[in-house]
This record gives sequence, C-alpha cells and structure tokens, in this order.
Amino acid sequence: MEGLRFTLRDTPPEAAALRARVRDFLDEAGRDWTPEVRARSWMGFDRAFSRAVGAEGWIGMGWPTAYGGHARSAMERLVVLEEMLAAGAPVGAHWIGDRQSGPLILRLGTEEQRRRILPGIASGALAFCIGLSEPDSGSDLASLRTKAERVPGGWRLNGRKIWTTFGHLCDYMIALVRTSPAPEGAAKHKGLSQLLVDLRSSGITIRPIRELTGDATFNEITFDDVLLPEDALIGREGAGWAQATSELAFERSGPDRILSSYPLLAEGVTALAGDTAAAEPLGREVARLWTLRRMSLAVAGMLEDGEDPLRQAALVKDLGNSFEQALPGNLRRLIDTDAMPEGMRRMHAYLTMLATTFSLRGGTREIMRGIIAKELGLR
Amino acid sequence: MSEDLSAILQEQVARALTDATDVATLRALETGAFPQAAWDALEPLGLALALVPEEAGGAGLSLEDAAGLFLLLGQHAAPLPLAEGMGAALLLAAAGLPVPEGVLTFAAAGEAVPWGRHAAHVVLVDGGRVSLHPAGIATPGENIGREPRDALAPGPALEEGALPARFGAEARGLTALIRSAQMAGALQAALALAVDYANTRVQFGRPIGRFQAIQQQLALFAAEAAAASVAARSAARAADRRGLADAGFEIGCAKITAGEAAGTCAAIAHQVFAAIGVTEEHALHHLTRRLWSWREEGGTERFWAQRIGAAAQARGGAALWPDITARDEEFLI
Ligand SMILES: Cc1cc2nc3c(=O)[nH]c(=O)nc-3n(C[C@H](O)[C@H](O)[C@H](O)COP(=O)(O)OP(=O)(O)OC[C@H]3O[C@@H](n4cnc5c(N)ncnc54)[C@H](O)[C@@H]3O)c2cc1C
Repeated sequence: MEGLRFTLRDTPPEAAALRARVRDFLDEAGRDWTPEVRARSWMGFDRAFSRAVGAEGWIGMGWPTAYGGHARSAMERLVVLEEMLAAGAPVGAHWIGDRQSGPLILRLGTEEQRRRILPGIASGALAFCIGLSEPDSGSDLASLRTKAERVPGGWRLNGRKIWTTFGHLCDYMIALVRTSPAPEGAAKHKGLSQLLVDLRSSGITIRPIRELTGDATFNEITFDDVLLPEDALIGREGAGWAQATSELAFERSGPDRILSSYPLLAEGVTALAGDTAAAEPLGREVARLWTLRRMSLAVAGMLEDGEDPLRQAALVKDLGNSFEQALPGNLRRLIDTDAMPEGMRRMHAYLTMLATTFSLRGGTREIMRGIIAKELGLR
Repeated sequence: MSEDLSAILQEQVARALTDATDVATLRALETGAFPQAAWDALEPLGLALALVPEEAGGAGLSLEDAAGLFLLLGQHAAPLPLAEGMGAALLLAAAGLPVPEGVLTFAAAGEAVPWGRHAAHVVLVDGGRVSLHPAGIATPGENIGREPRDALAPGPALEEGALPARFGAEARGLTALIRSAQMAGALQAALALAVDYANTRVQFGRPIGRFQAIQQQLALFAAEAAAASVAARSAARAADRRGLADAGFEIGCAKITAGEAAGTCAAIAHQVFAAIGVTEEHALHHLTRRLWSWREEGGTERFWAQRIGAAAQARGGAALWPDITARDEEFLI
C-alpha cells in the first residue's frame, strides 16, 4: 500500500506575503462578481481576468522565464490557486493551460513548441481545452476512436470529442487520438498519441451543449479531415496514453477538487452566525476542509519532490469531491433556502445543480475508487 | 531527537509490538490481566521519557514523531499504556516535575483514568495545575474496548506544579491527539485485515475482493484511513509549533476526522467480514471496539465540532479561509 502513503508538507515561508498580494488583487478584481460567477469557480471563463492574472505573473509560475514563466515553486503556485478558488474567481480561461497543457508542453514539447505556446499561456492570452472523452469512450477512455493519419506534411484528423469544457471559447485543444491501430491482442492503450489542435483549423465543427444549469460550457467537437502540421504531435508518437495519465496526478489532487463550493461555505458561516444549533455541523465541514487541504498539500509536496502520487491523487479527489458535492445539501439542513440571504440563496441554487458534476469530471468516483482498490491489491 | 534516531525508535517499537503482543495479549488484557511480558519487552526502549525534553533528561521527541508511535500502538490495539505514560511524562516535565518509574498514566481530575488499576502513579490535570499521585485504590470501569477506565481514589500529591500557558489548562487536547493517532493506526490495521480477507474468502467461485461492491467500499475505507492519519500527524505538527493549547483547532479537526473515519470504516470492515467478524474468536473486534471507544475520549466529534463551528461563526465567513491558511503560515513570518 506504498501508493497510499502521504508525506506531510506545509506552504513555504514566502507564502504569507504572496497570499496577501493575491487577496488584494482579488478584492479589487472581484468587486462585481455575482453569486453565480463565484459559484461557477473554475467553470467560469473570463479572458480579461485571465490576462490580468497573467500580468501579475501568476500563470505558469513554475515554468522557466525563457518560456514566459516565473521560476517559482510548486507550493507558491498552490497558494495562488487556492486563493483564486476560495474567492470563487472565474479562472477557467487559463486553468487548463496552467494546470495541464502548459506543463505537458514544457515536459515533452519541442523547443519550438515551447517557445511558440508557453508564453501565450503564461500571459493569459491562450486558452486550452482537454480532448479526451468521446461519445462512446468515457471512463473506458482507451477505447477512443478519433484518429489521426500521417499525410504529407502532417496529420489528417477525423472523429469526435465530447464534453470538451470551453471548447467553443478556447484557442487550442490537446487531443488524445489513435495514430495506429492497437496491435492484435495487445492492450488498447497502445497506438495513442497527443496532438495539439488549433481550433481555428478548417474542418472543425464545435457545437456547444447546454447543461441543466442553463449554461453551455461543454461541447461536442467534430473533426472532418482536419489537416494538422507535422509538429502538432506532442511528445512521442504512440506514447499518448502514458503521457496523458501522467498528467492526472496534477489534475486530480489540486485545490480544485476540494474548494469548488467553498464560497458557499463561507456564506453559510456568515448567514448562520449566532445559530447555536448550526455550530456543530459547520464545525464538521470546517474540519473536513482542513483535513482535505492538508492531504492536498501533501500530494503537492510529493509532486514537487519528483514522486508519482497518482493513487494518492485519486484518493484526495474522491474525498474532496464528496466534500464539495455534499456541501449544498448539508447547508440546506441548517437553514431554509427561503431564509438564506439573497447572495447565498443564488449561490446555493447554482451549486445544487453544478455539484452533481464534481464526482464525474476528471474521472468518476467509481473510477477513482477502482484505482485505490487496485493499489490495495484487490483484483 | 534527530530524524534518524526517531526512525530507529519507530522501527524498534514496531518490532517489539509485533513480537511481544498478539490477540492473546488483548484477550488477557480485556479480562483484567496486565500484559507484564509485553511491558517488560517494551519498557527498555525508553518510551517513558521519549517526550521529556533533552534538558530534563528525556529524548526530546517531537509530538509529530510521537504521533507516529501512537499510530503504531493503535495498529496493535494499544496493548500497553505507553501512550498514556508518554503523555503523563510530557505533562510532568512541562510543569518542571520529575517523572517516576513504573506504569504511569494521566487524566483530567475527576474523570475515569485509563489503565488506572495497573498504574503505579497517576498525573492529574486540573485547571492548569498538574499533580502526581500514587494511583491508590481503583474502582474498575471499562469502555466498550474493554480497556481499563477506572475510578481512582489516588493518594495525596507527591508533586505539584503549573502547566505553562502553551499547554493550556486541560488534558483534553493531549488525550484527543493521542486517540486520533491511535484511531488512525487501528484503521490501518483493520484495513489490512479486511483486504486480506477479501482476497481469500471465496464466494460464487471467486474471492469476494473481486466484487466491485466490496472494492468500492474498501477504497472508501482506505481514503478515510488516510485522512485520519494525515489529520492526526498534521495536528501533532501544529502542536509542536504552536503548543498544545494553540493547536486546539488542528487537534479538534483531527479528532473529528478520525472519529468520523472510525464510524464509517468499522462498519465497512464488519460488512466485509460478515458473520465471522462479529465472533469473539476473531481479531477484528479488538480493533473496532477500540475505534468506537476512542471516539468518545478526549472530546467526541460533536464536542470539537461544536467548538470549531462556534469559533468560525463568531469570526464570520469572510475570516474562515484566511484563518485556516494563517494557522499554517503566521508562525513562519
Ligand atoms: C462538467 C464536466 C466537464 C467535463 N469536461 C471534460 C473535458 O473538458 N474534456 C474531456 O475530455 N472530458 C470532459 N468531461 C467528461 C468526463 O471526463 C466524463 O464524464 C467521465 O470520464 C465519465 O465518462 P462518461 O460520462 O462517458 O460516463 P461513463 O464512463 O459512461 O460512466 C457512466 C457510469 O458508469 C460508471 N462506470 C463506468 N465504468 C465503470 C467501471 N469500470 N466500474 C464501475 N463503474 C463504472 C461510471 O462511474 C458512471 O457512474 C467532463 C464531464 C463533466 C461532467
């Protein structure tokens, strides 16, 4: 069960000063955010805000300065992320680039790709989306069928991605696609590659999908003989599965798996001031939050130390999702929705709808628990 | 104590507990016998003075390292009053008092004394005052772990002193920290038992661990157990930095997390074992009955949650996040 060990970590001494600066910035930037904006959290997309964050040097913080980064520590970056989420900032336009796509390009991209793409992400100008899921391939991702064939000068892409968050607003997608058929009898994880897709290329149709919240954040994206240049390939041809899964520890353990409904908890604590019966249940929420944050810090520290805490990340995501998902329901046990102050009521209404997605996006609860069970040696 | 020495101690204690204690030890203990052979095996390792500062002749172990030992003890269902002895010595040393030899325990004045009937001395904490007494006559009592939790009529104080402010006025925080870490350990041990059973018990022609319903429940178990461990160790770390009194928030969070995990996971463990798990003969109940008991000691989840929640309400929602982050960082500036 080595994969379930957590090494404790604290935020570094520089954190307090940085935190104070981020808070000042957010106080100013967030003056006009509605309760719905704060409730959306990282499902909110605001390019102007992302550019302002980039101008502060808070995107691509850990990347080398040569690529527009700021050579700061992973823990400093974490401080910025958690402050953004605690404030309910609309970070969606730079979230994926900062969290996943940028680090991937930095690690596995060519020098030319790094120089071309990374400064744009770091400045908040370039927005990325994740092209994994397909209509027939969700949890069973390796069964995906979108395929890219080599053609003179590059690749020809055909197929369909779905549930692509902000696909209609982004500049690039990093798509996991099949570049060669899986060998007979071999694992279907073979023959997959990651491609950088400029979403303005011709042959791409993007259809926003309206959700039960009333928003349309995710999309169905169809590729019809889309021609991509040679250097659309990221990393090694055929190594896409390993490349994509190695990002997952970064994707799954962060504060975005814990704090998605935090602004509502803060509202609840204020609204329930003086309600002695509410103290105990609120205390339980606070304790859970504190514990989850300690776990998330531990995973961040392990990542920084070069370990591969993929299982720990799955575990934190599972617990974190359950916490943030249960929060709206737990609060309405303490105060009637009618009695909630206006801002809280609107936030609560939105999160009641959105929270269903917390245990789906980024891999479902059942898949997370499957990963943990495997680590336990249950087969 | 250096990191290396602490790791060596940890290893020695782990080995000694594995060698010197087993289910038979627990059975005997639960019918009133003191596990003398195990005590004789563990005592030379010097845990009694582990938490006493080096200046006072102890090993100067940090609470974070001690939490690792409490966790180990919990894994073995705490067959000896070692955590109690370490805690008592910490309190005595804090008040500048000498630590006597032999079995030592501590309690808040007027409360049931863990291991009281087996102790030579008891340390009582009362409103910031610490006193050392001969244990005196015990009226036996027990929790549902069937651990001795006795009413004592202790002899007159042999020593008396005051706790420094950073220890606070009550023994509750220290007990909560110890029990949180012990619960984290007992959870790990129960998980290992349950996983092993799931891989060996065959029904419908395959190990029950192949059934997803079982896998998913044990995964949740593992997650809750990990949470309890991270919480207990983090609380101990906070207590090292800020003192037990000022780490009340973290200790409370750890006690809540471990207590909730205890309830959730004990239920899962018993579900996985089904009938065999509720038999007297099986080892599981020594762990689960202690998990249910330790939730009650050093403040229940309800007690701490009430405190933490009321404090958060008084501060208001806008202060909640800043307060949580500042607790980690302010001592660094
Ligand atoms: C808000 C939101 C945003 C998203 N954004 C993106 C995005 O930007 N890019 C992207 O690529 N994808 C995105 N997704 C898709 C997400 O990754 C998938 O929803 C997820 O992987 C599950 O796939 P599915 O929806 O096809 O469900 P399915 O895989 O069909 O699962 C249906 C149910 O069956 C269960 N199940 C499936 N397999 C197993 C198994 N082996 N054992 C036990 N139970 C199982 C699942 O847990 C689930 O409960 C997003 C999803 C949401 C909700």
